[in-house]
Amino acid sequence: MNYKLKQSDIIFVKTCIHILLLYFLVNPFYLAIIDELGGDPVKAITHHTGMGALNLLLITLAISPFAAWSKIKKINKFRRLLGLYAFAYALSHVLCFLLFEVQFDILFFIEEVVLRPYISIGMVAFLIILSLALSSTNYARIKMGNLWQKLHNLIYLAAILVAIHFFWSVKLNVVEPIIYGTVLMILLIIRRRKLGGIRR
Amino acid sequence: MKRKVSSYNCKESEVTDETLFINRRSIIKQLGILGSSPFITNSSIAKSQDQKTNNQPNVRQLLSYKRDVIGTDELTSENKAISHNNFYEFGSQKHQPAELSRDFKVKPWTLSVNEGDRSINLSYDDLLDMFDLEERIYRLRCVEAWSMVIPWIGFPLSKLIEKLNPSSEAKWVRFQTIYKPSQMPGQRNYFLGGGIDYPYVEGLRLDEAMHPLTILAVGLYGKTLPPQNGAPVRLVVPWKYGFKSIKSIVDINLVSKKPRTTWNLLASNEYGFYANVNPEVDHPRWSQAYERRITSGGIFNQKRIKTLPFNGYADEVAHLYKGMNLKKNY
Repeated sequence: MNYKLKQSDIIFVKTCIHILLLYFLVNPFYLAIIDELGGDPVKAITHHTGMGALNLLLITLAISPFAAWSKIKKINKFRRLLGLYAFAYALSHVLCFLLFEVQFDILFFIEEVVLRPYISIGMVAFLIILSLALSSTNYARIKMGNLWQKLHNLIYLAAILVAIHFFWSVKLNVVEPIIYGTVLMILLIIRRRKLGGIRR
Repeated sequence: MKRKVSSYNCKESEVTDETLFINRRSIIKQLGILGSSPFITNSSIAKSQDQKTNNQPNVRQLLSYKRDVIGTDELTSENKAISHNNFYEFGSQKHQPAELSRDFKVKPWTLSVNEGDRSINLSYDDLLDMFDLEERIYRLRCVEAWSMVIPWIGFPLSKLIEKLNPSSEAKWVRFQTIYKPSQMPGQRNYFLGGGIDYPYVEGLRLDEAMHPLTILAVGLYGKTLPPQNGAPVRLVVPWKYGFKSIKSIVDINLVSKKPRTTWNLLASNEYGFYANVNPEVDHPRWSQAYERRITSGGIFNQKRIKTLPFNGYADEVAHLYKGMNLKKNY
């Protein structure tokens, strides 16, 4: 299979990604505001944005292996966009917790981040993703040189932390977190050479 | 995702007669049998109609009861109280119990209250008739740090226990939820039920069980309980975390030894036997100092309030735990 993506195809797919991911971000917020998101809209929206971020993170990590496997190199063109949406969902997730769960009690928020290990590692993961998002421009990439790749390799650490954060946050049902953890492991194993290189 | 049909401004259940609406599946099944079988006798039709009229478990019946005094706490909307439930027997996600409990049958029901070989059995009708029903507007604090204010209808558990006339051996009370995998999908499906070893078991010390605030509820908001809230009879202990208030009870045993309870067995470091609401003892993974009060309204209409010791019932119950280390006995 040697399919070539044209520029117009890329624009079309990117537009679809925007519409889809914006809809799944904005619509639940709308429903949560008008109280149509179940009994506890705060929990629902926090969970939704968190799961969205995790899903998008895994999809982002799956892009380059998929591009290599399918030999459609240009699929990599969607990686940054999806990564930035992962960040947008993660940001919404953190803001939901800050604004609606603890209702802007900053001191309590900091206390929770420090005291609760599962929130601490979630926050570390968020800070990594934040720094990746901030340095995602072409300009930053050129300016930072070698450092850029080193920084962006932290995505793997962030993904592992997010998976643990999810596993730790559930009460009993560990099936879903285990499935996510397995998918992540596969994505990391595919990159075992590269990851070995990072260590050296 | 469920959404209201706003253009019509009424729910499906309001248009259709509630009995027909709730029993629609079994009615359709019956129609199917009647429609396809050429061997219908009059008696089989009569029988199926009989079942239809006798078997209307999920229609919430109006109750007559003594009203409680309206307090200062704003009530949770009925819609939220009956659609946001922790009842893992019907699925471990909050919206699942309301959706997956439609086939649950509460008639016939037997609640057995016993000590050794002495027992009292209550039928479904006994549950509603044996004692004068009274409304109790209680705060319900979930261990997950959300809370509701619910007008329960029921009777003090002490009245029932007194009927059995417990011996001096009885020190603890063990409660058990019905085990009915055929009607409780969470009991037959490991993933749906969260991997709990069913049946669900809870327990109280006898003095806690005899406390006037402890009730067996048979209804809420003026009507009998829907299955997702623990029909036909559940415990309500307002100063303890919600998981102590066991639902759909079939067995109450007075025993001499402290019973082993479900959540405590699953994670004893997170869920203690006493489980008294206590803002000073955090759950290992989250704070118990605050709670989000679910009343009604969306994410911009949330009430975050300080959690009170014993859920605000300290004046009534603190004496039960005098001299006890509540940090150890969480």
